[in-house]
Amino acid sequence: MIRFSVNGERIETTVAADTPLLWFLRDNLQLTGTKYGCGMALCGACTVHIDNQPMRSCSTPLSALAGKRITTIESIGSSAIGKKVQAAWIALDVVQCGYCQSGQIMSATALLTKTKIPNDEQIDEAMAGNICRCGTYNRVRAAIKLAAGGTASPAKNPPAKLKT
Amino acid sequence: MILPHSPSDPISRRRFLKSSAALGGGLVIGFVLPSGNKLAAAQNAPSVSPNAFLRIARDGAVTVQVKHLEFGQGVMTSLPMLVAEELDCDWSKVRAELAPAAPQFVHTMFGMQMTGGSSSVVNSWLQLRNVGATARAMLITAAADGWKVKPADCLTKDGYVLGPNGRRESYGNLSDAANALAVPLKVALKDAKDFKIIGKPTKRIDAPAKVDGSALFGIDVTAKMLPNLHTALVLRPPIFGARVKKLNAEKVKNIAGVSHVVQISNGVAVVAKTFWAAKLARDALVVEWNLEAGATTTTSELKTRYQMLAKQAGVVAKMGNTEALKTAAKTVTGEYTVPFLAHAAMEPLNCTVVVKTDRAEIWVGSQFQTGDQAAAAKFLGFKPEQVTLNTMLAGGGFGRRANPVSDYILEAVEIAREAKVPVKTVWTREDDMRGGYYRPMYVHRVTAGVDAAGKIVGWDHTTVGQSIMAGTPFEAMMVENGIDPTSVEGIVDSRYDIPNMHATLHTTQSGVPGLWWRSVGHTHTAFVMETMMDDLARAAGRDAVAFRQEHLSKHPRIAKVLATAAEKADWGKPLPKGVARGIAVHESFGSVCAQVAEVSIENGKVRVRRVVAAIDCGLAVNPLTIVAQVESAITYGLSAALYGEVTLKEGVVQQSNFHDYPVLLISAMPKVEVHIIPGGIVPTGVGEPGTPPIAPAVSNALMALTGKRLTELPFKV
Repeated sequence: MIRFSVNGERIETTVAADTPLLWFLRDNLQLTGTKYGCGMALCGACTVHIDNQPMRSCSTPLSALAGKRITTIESIGSSAIGKKVQAAWIALDVVQCGYCQSGQIMSATALLTKTKIPNDEQIDEAMAGNICRCGTYNRVRAAIKLAAGGTASPAKNPPAKLKT
Repeated sequence: MILPHSPSDPISRRRFLKSSAALGGGLVIGFVLPSGNKLAAAQNAPSVSPNAFLRIARDGAVTVQVKHLEFGQGVMTSLPMLVAEELDCDWSKVRAELAPAAPQFVHTMFGMQMTGGSSSVVNSWLQLRNVGATARAMLITAAADGWKVKPADCLTKDGYVLGPNGRRESYGNLSDAANALAVPLKVALKDAKDFKIIGKPTKRIDAPAKVDGSALFGIDVTAKMLPNLHTALVLRPPIFGARVKKLNAEKVKNIAGVSHVVQISNGVAVVAKTFWAAKLARDALVVEWNLEAGATTTTSELKTRYQMLAKQAGVVAKMGNTEALKTAAKTVTGEYTVPFLAHAAMEPLNCTVVVKTDRAEIWVGSQFQTGDQAAAAKFLGFKPEQVTLNTMLAGGGFGRRANPVSDYILEAVEIAREAKVPVKTVWTREDDMRGGYYRPMYVHRVTAGVDAAGKIVGWDHTTVGQSIMAGTPFEAMMVENGIDPTSVEGIVDSRYDIPNMHATLHTTQSGVPGLWWRSVGHTHTAFVMETMMDDLARAAGRDAVAFRQEHLSKHPRIAKVLATAAEKADWGKPLPKGVARGIAVHESFGSVCAQVAEVSIENGKVRVRRVVAAIDCGLAVNPLTIVAQVESAITYGLSAALYGEVTLKEGVVQQSNFHDYPVLLISAMPKVEVHIIPGGIVPTGVGEPGTPPIAPAVSNALMALTGKRLTELPFKV
């Protein structure tokens, strides 16, 4: 029996301890917002927070979770920073296919929790493990700055020429 | 991609519009199919809403069924914009749903329901505006009848019909009455000058669900939606074409959660209650393979073979006089190689299937709904209408989800049929990377020359590579006289003033399944054409932009895009030491895109610092998603140009995951500026035209920086 919490809910499970958290979330809890991309902690699509630290759930077995607090994309909006990040993502129309964006938002929220106003190098460092094949990177960067209270302007009525 | 056009243009389809009774009331606009079709009869049933383009509910909600796959390009926003513009409704009331496979939703040019060729908005342009205008006319008539006034005395605004003397009624309240009316045969469409929604930067409808984890992709079908759902993983052959000789499943059957081990056409499937159980079991399978039928391709050998072939003329794709080159003052010869490329979409392939005795249901993010539905039906001995194909969001696709042989669909159908339980196949990243259907490897060899005045006098071009169309249902329609047009598109139809272009093609067999990959043939032909143009400019002693302009005498549209990109990128102005610019322009999918790349070399690696793009995609429907698509296409092309390469050794794919098939990360992302050329009359393609110019623009910048021409992708400096 392993005990931990997911999005504030207490979990007690006898699922095999070597099962990666990702598949426990998706198959057992049916929390499908956390995505499978690579299974090797290379792409960041499966990023969740474990005790507020961004972690790759595809490579974190249940055995490592005893007593831990896990937050997924489904409840990140209940934190003030998570909510700001989601709002910035909408304001700048960041998403395309959207598949990597749960992980992007989880990494970005963790970054802004640690570093209030990150510079480009800090953004690169925190986000370089999150692959996006649609090429939303410049908007991800701008949205992080917007959520941090920086200078990126919302895409509400952008001119035809949009610098990113 | 070029596909044959069917004669049924969208305007003539107007008369097929009809309304139908809606479940729960409201107005429903769908299409009537030609009589005799069973589905047409089904439309007289009480509810046809799943197959209708537009529903207006009593509460005023406007729901548009999106007939194309949403996989990032923004059709869940741009297609409803077309309806909403003519409907004159309140945009905040507009919802979008992905349409299932159904004959109503076929592409108006290609005659099948599919997403490709950068044509979703293009083929829907008149069709969906017509849907909106028809509904609007019926709402007006319903209001006018109620008020006993003439329809001509009524206007519409933001979801209301406005009549004389301040009369006003909402679309929701009029929807039942409107639905009882005859559908008008002809309705007028707005003049472009009256557009309020089309052309306005409009935020994505699908964004909110994609930032809180609630958006459902194909891989997100769970037992909550589909009770008793199982997950299947497949052990596929180690080399393409091999077959199972002997299976030992003993070790696997006892793994907790495993319910079935099924030998299928292309390997062995393990079916289990969860992904993890299926994966553990799949990885423990012991299979002996019959390798004799398999392909033992080694890419380094393939390259040598292609290079030999490139020195001989192939089948003529465009006839020109090669003697003309003898009059050239200067000639340039280039030999180019591009590798196999995986699509590597973020969402690995997956497909969910339930097979019953007389019907089947599929949930999948498919670019080829009609083909996949038909293939599944044929496999099961059903008629297409016995197979329901639900379209799910897809986490990218880039062409991989449009497979004429429906590989990942049929595999899932076969497993579900054998296992007799609902099955979701999930490909691991490794399965996806090694699964074939790559952008094929090509070699080009070109000799071209300029005269003393700096004008091109001849161009002799040989392309070597496999046909994407061969072996598919498109072969008969597309391949003519031994030429697959996707192998030579961008060469034989080049817009430059090139007298005496002689282009030939060697169509090869590689043993590796090939497929279209964002921008298809243009992925490699633009690289060749635009680096050759740069080298010819240099040979002629001309500036790269001026030289191109001098060879675009009949194509002012392309010249303008090129000039715009050059001007916005400060072409010709000084740059910091160690930084150089390169430019490229290419027409594809009816649009023209030019890009200027600013490049340096840092720690021995190519660093692209900034890309300035200009695009003419005709009438810009949603500038916000157009900018996003050009950013996306540049990133996708740059990723391939810098890193992308699938290699094979004795038939075995050498790459497996993102550590050995690297892609562009945020830390390597250039700044990107996109400039949309205004003034188009109809929309042209958007999703792909941004990809072709980036590789040649970077190669041209590297040439300017180092004096060394890189003709092989990915770049190795």
